[in-house]
Amino acid sequence: MSRTGLLDALEAEAIEIVRETAAAFDRPVMLYSIGKDSGVMLHIAHKAFAPAPIPFPLMHVDTTWKFAAMIRFRDEIAKHYGVDLIVHTNQQGVADDITPFTAGTQEYTRVMKTVALREALDQYGFDAALGGSRRDEERSRAKERIFSLRLPGHRWEPRAQRPEMWHTYNTRLTEGQTMRVFPLSNWTELDVWQYTRREGIPVVPLYFAAERPVVSRDGALIMVDDERFPLRDGETPELRLIRFRSLGCYPLCAAVESPAATVDDLIEELITTRLSERAGRLIDGEKSASMEAKKVEGYF
Amino acid sequence: MAGLLRIVTCGSVDDGKSTLIGRLLAETLSVPEDVLEAARWTRRSGSIIPAGEVDFSLLTDGLEAEREQGITIDVAYRHLDLQNGLRAIIADAPGHEQYTRNMAVAASTADVAILLVDAARGVRTQTFRHLYICALMGVKTVIVAINKMDAIGFDEAAYRGLAERVGESAAKVGIERLLTLPVSALDGDFVTSRSAAAPWYDGGTLLELLRSIEVADRSRSPHFRLPVQLVLRAAGNYRGYAGTVLSGGIRVGDEVTVGRTGVSARVAGISVAASEAQEARAGQAIAMTLDREIDCARGDLLVQQGEARVPNDRFAAELVWLSEQPLARGRTYELVSGPLRIPATVTGIRDRVDVESGHRHAARDLAINEIGRVEIATDAPIMLDEYARVRDTGAFLLVNRGTGDSVGAGLMLHDLRRGSNVHAQAFDSDRAGRSVALGHASKVLWFTGLPGSGKSTIANAVERELNERGIHTYILDGDNIRLGLNKDLGFTPEDRAENVRRVGEVARLMADAGLMVLVCLVSPYRGDRDAVRARFAPGEFLEIHVDTPLDVCRERDPKGLYRRAAQGAIPNMTGVGQDYEAPLSAELVVTGVGAPGPIAHTIVAEVLP
Ligand SMILES: Nc1nc2c(ncn2[C@@H]2O[C@H](COP(=O)(O)OP(=O)(O)O)[C@@H](O)[C@H]2O)c(=O)[nH]1
Repeated sequence: MSRTGLLDALEAEAIEIVRETAAAFDRPVMLYSIGKDSGVMLHIAHKAFAPAPIPFPLMHVDTTWKFAAMIRFRDEIAKHYGVDLIVHTNQQGVADDITPFTAGTQEYTRVMKTVALREALDQYGFDAALGGSRRDEERSRAKERIFSLRLPGHRWEPRAQRPEMWHTYNTRLTEGQTMRVFPLSNWTELDVWQYTRREGIPVVPLYFAAERPVVSRDGALIMVDDERFPLRDGETPELRLIRFRSLGCYPLCAAVESPAATVDDLIEELITTRLSERAGRLIDGEKSASMEAKKVEGYF
Repeated sequence: MAGLLRIVTCGSVDDGKSTLIGRLLAETLSVPEDVLEAARWTRRSGSIIPAGEVDFSLLTDGLEAEREQGITIDVAYRHLDLQNGLRAIIADAPGHEQYTRNMAVAASTADVAILLVDAARGVRTQTFRHLYICALMGVKTVIVAINKMDAIGFDEAAYRGLAERVGESAAKVGIERLLTLPVSALDGDFVTSRSAAAPWYDGGTLLELLRSIEVADRSRSPHFRLPVQLVLRAAGNYRGYAGTVLSGGIRVGDEVTVGRTGVSARVAGISVAASEAQEARAGQAIAMTLDREIDCARGDLLVQQGEARVPNDRFAAELVWLSEQPLARGRTYELVSGPLRIPATVTGIRDRVDVESGHRHAARDLAINEIGRVEIATDAPIMLDEYARVRDTGAFLLVNRGTGDSVGAGLMLHDLRRGSNVHAQAFDSDRAGRSVALGHASKVLWFTGLPGSGKSTIANAVERELNERGIHTYILDGDNIRLGLNKDLGFTPEDRAENVRRVGEVARLMADAGLMVLVCLVSPYRGDRDAVRARFAPGEFLEIHVDTPLDVCRERDPKGLYRRAAQGAIPNMTGVGQDYEAPLSAELVVTGVGAPGPIAHTIVAEVLP
């Protein structure tokens, strides 16, 4: 068993899951977030059906606050893999001026991401949505299934989750049910990068170090990606050598100062750091709440 | 394929499983630093571990809290970095109410099990249960971690005693390979580092033992299995049969056979993860082209030529019941095995196993967490493997078609051959399905006796009483049938035999439709009646001898038969010109003298359990 063997095994499992999704559901879709995990998932879909085309569309839920570089990349990549791309935005949210700056982070995320996704799934009648989440992203995902059942209204009900055994997946849906499918469940961040390197999968350049304009807010480095960014008094963006470990809406993504400019550098850096990736996302970065409070929230 | 080692962990509450797994994850750097940090400063009430030290049990304990909130999570999956470039996935089944079911789920994919025994509490009935489920689900290697050795001062004799007892149980259930080691999850001895506490132990640490496990190399199996997930079509008439090889290997040029049809073709091309290849082996996701067009679709199983068995629609299986709603005989489900989906009926429940002793007992149903042997009939013949031979193509789920829930996990044991009495048994059981729908069992009450003995009168009374109880009935009367279906038959022994046979077949069809059938037929020959009886399962055919003295029959003579026979008009009249062979072992003998009501009452009491 070797590192190659590991990547081969993870790839084979992901292909099997993507194929099963395409074959077992009436209207599957692949959620595409433009990040590295989505990149791997899309590449795997390409391999799963070659030489036939990918038999389902890609869908990007666009909050309108993604990095400009991500949007350019997205449109190129859809062409590269010859796949239909659906872009969906919660127009009501736009009309209500729900932005990372006007609404709280939670409310913004709920309206522009969660609600937007549900809306899109309903509008197109998709019964299965492939997503690039991994179990190593956070501990609560340890219990998530590869085929994760959603009840009517897209509700996730732990009690309704189905046991997963052997290579046999129960894909049966009753009225109103849908499925979220996670082919990369068993991958780690390191696996994703090593596979990306091995396969030469294109990624958004923001993952690699470059001098970029940033401001420092509450200890986090935020990139000023466009003129919509409201600078506070006395704030002036300065150029720093930064990169991103995960990508999302630019006002919510904390950059890390790092000189890693290539995939090789990045993998090297990853092996030596052990900080969980999500610590870099402001959304999840709880300020060190008292342990008592965490208990009450049911964290443990 | 080499790649991922899959581990299942088993232990009873408080054996120290969370602590052991947590420590293993932490010491192999499989837990991110921030999670570890949280486990330094968070404490559960009652914990005596000083703040600032890692409480390892918290690393895996998210699930425990959920349990307290009443949420049942069956299995949690965690990465374990084996620190040599290799990866393991730990499937951890919380050890509570749904334990058997959860453990079976976690063990279904495992190559190796870590079984905890609490040295202070000793070997308990749960230990046998863990071993039993591991053996059942095909986990080849079990590592027995005898934990809390610190609590017994690393006593060698105590350890050896425990190891021996576990070894005996493991041998009994048929575990192939057993490794035993002493550990202290709390202090860390022999988890990832050796310890001076037990100089008498010269084996490896838990981590070393895990690294020594060979991932089950299914590609070495001689049984090539490719379940077809989908057929890829592309330009140039490309037709690729896509799926994951679950066992064995295949090369370009080999002949493969579709299990369902027995039709073969030669492998023209193989692509492994979209790259062209000359061969493929277990664990790889491939697409295969064949040298000719054959009927092969999603759900079909491709095997090496010569390996295809005759597909069958009846088989015996070991079933782990997963649903709150108990399994009852006669229910129809969707059987799912890989990409295969087909309606299937549980036609019989043979027994249930006591997982704490391994003993089997007769059973009529299976409740959640119970395991038992059942008989299954599918809507069309399929090719499932015996689980012991090829795990992944011998396994299936039963899915409730209404709710979509997975209610049963099955392991195929063996085919039930057609044509034999086994077949009749299975046939009979199909009827059980309709019985469930109608709400009662279907049987044939075969009234035999001399002409005028009172068969029809009694049968009518029985029917009335059955109908009052909501039971669906039908009376097949010999005379009526001779006017229609059997009007070509006379009264020679041959024709009488044929008469009885046809009536018997009609009765069988009606019983199959779910009816309680009452047959009134002289049927004078024992051999003819026995031939009909042989067409039924035990208990479904009740012979009722209406034993009325010939004098009484002659006296009644409701149809004037005896009179005409006496005049020589009916030469073969039973009881006059031909003998009546009374049954030797009828289920019931009644005397057709007196009011029919009480006689009918006796019969109904006998028929309805
Ligand atoms: N003395 C001693 N106590 C242990 C050891 N491992 C676990 N424990 C204690 O046993 C109790 C149950 O442990 P836990 O890991 O929560 O058990 P689980 O229910 O099997 O997950 C806790 O109080 C642990 O501190 C050990 O090796 N030695």
